[in-house]
Amino acid sequence: MTPKNRIYLDYAATTPVDKKVFKAMGPYFSQTYGNPSSIHSWGEEAQAAIDKARDQVAKFLNCKLSEIVFTGSASESDNLAIRGLIKALKRRKQEGEKVHIITSSIEHKAVLETCHDLEKDGIKITYLPVGKDGIVDIADLKAEINPETDLVSIMYVNNEMGAIQPIEKIGRLISEINQTKKHRIFFHADAVQAANWVNCKVDDLKVDLLTLSGHKIYGPKGVGVLYIRQGTPISPLITGGDQEWGLRAGTENVANIVGMGAAISQISNSKFLISKKVKKLRDKLVKGVLTKIPGSNLTGSEKPEERAPHIANFSFLGIEGEAIMLSLDQEGIAASTGSACTSRALLPSHVLMAMGLSELEAHSSLRVSLGRYTTAKEIDIFLKTLPRVVERLRKISGR
Amino acid sequence: MYNKKVIQHFSHPKFFGKIKNPDVVGTAGNPRCGDLLTLYLKIDPPDGGPAGGKKIKDIKFETLGCAAAIAASDMICELAKGKTLEQALNLSFQDVSSALGVLPPLKIHCAQLVTEALRDAIGKYSKYKEKKL
Repeated sequence: MTPKNRIYLDYAATTPVDKKVFKAMGPYFSQTYGNPSSIHSWGEEAQAAIDKARDQVAKFLNCKLSEIVFTGSASESDNLAIRGLIKALKRRKQEGEKVHIITSSIEHKAVLETCHDLEKDGIKITYLPVGKDGIVDIADLKAEINPETDLVSIMYVNNEMGAIQPIEKIGRLISEINQTKKHRIFFHADAVQAANWVNCKVDDLKVDLLTLSGHKIYGPKGVGVLYIRQGTPISPLITGGDQEWGLRAGTENVANIVGMGAAISQISNSKFLISKKVKKLRDKLVKGVLTKIPGSNLTGSEKPEERAPHIANFSFLGIEGEAIMLSLDQEGIAASTGSACTSRALLPSHVLMAMGLSELEAHSSLRVSLGRYTTAKEIDIFLKTLPRVVERLRKISGR
Repeated sequence: MYNKKVIQHFSHPKFFGKIKNPDVVGTAGNPRCGDLLTLYLKIDPPDGGPAGGKKIKDIKFETLGCAAAIAASDMICELAKGKTLEQALNLSFQDVSSALGVLPPLKIHCAQLVTEALRDAIGKYSKYKEKKL
């Protein structure tokens, strides 16, 4: 029972591969299949494709080619950024010197659980709180920086509720502190949910490390990017070959890398127009939900400049998120939830809890995320369907 | 993730709602796990006589919870209706899960929750009876 005209409102989970991107990838499976490490013409053709993609990414970030590393996913990029830096720094440190990382309590699990894991090895991690708006307070960060601090890792745009973190301000603060600090602090930003919408030029942000994902920007799954500013110490996590400047062994996934390059070069051309369009649809969605459904709340900041245009996260009193999500799915609509019922830990979203939502509010959350192909008609249908779903579930819950 | 039977009971539950003047009410769940459920029971005969012969004449549920919790609530009502209190006490979470064609491992606790609510109701009813006698 699959409705014909399904409506996808889960672009923050993944995006479809853009047709032009798919076309660009096509030849690199069976036609131009050489190993980029080979020095014959087959290999050179594949290497040229990777070089082009690297150039496309470097243009987007406004950085040097040698500062781009392709990985297998954004999660891998986050791991390489954090573990790779710590590994390299540890080798330079003298015995007894400590390692200190500052991150936030609303990071993606790829950062958060990597930090939890490093904590078990005795590394000191500070998790910054966020306000009700879901945003890290620079003053909190400043207060936590100490002479031993090595790394600050803060995400650019939160994947659950869309809050934009003050990355430029953090970058400025860290570079000011670094001018007088004995050993410098490195700054990593996970920009996976940011790339489509906000400025990612690395010199504006003053980041040393920045993570990107292919499949959130209409590129393929299975490819990520880590930007590594020249001079940033990083040790590889995967050894066994000289690929990617010796930082990521393994024969390159040429087709995916080509797809990453093609996808990222498309963003630059269309960022402004699509942002404007999506923002308008998002505002319509938020207004519609809040006026049509009593007992509904928008999670996070009310200031538009503090939110990425594509995500709206709601909570609905008296019902549970997974039940909402599945009911919508039966009507052919895809969304997602921060309810515990979809997590193995059976705990509600760490992001919503960090923002001070009650457990029942977090359990009742629904994330709706829009994208390039979302239409006003789709939002209209969604706004017709959701009140019915919420009403039915409230009848069942008696609340 | 869910089989057709679970989806059926989630989409079209037969036993949801309140019972006016129930003989006893049972509850289970907590806000932390996100599931809160209430069972309303009508017992027949409502008063007097030995507890052994008493039957669950009517039963309804109200559940704030995921699809599995709603489906399991509906199923425990279906299984318990018409049974004696002793028979109902013997209903296990495995009975609920297998009647639903097996719940996903992560959702077994939903079946546990609904049996807990039923036992809570029957327990309360027995205590209430003891007091009256």
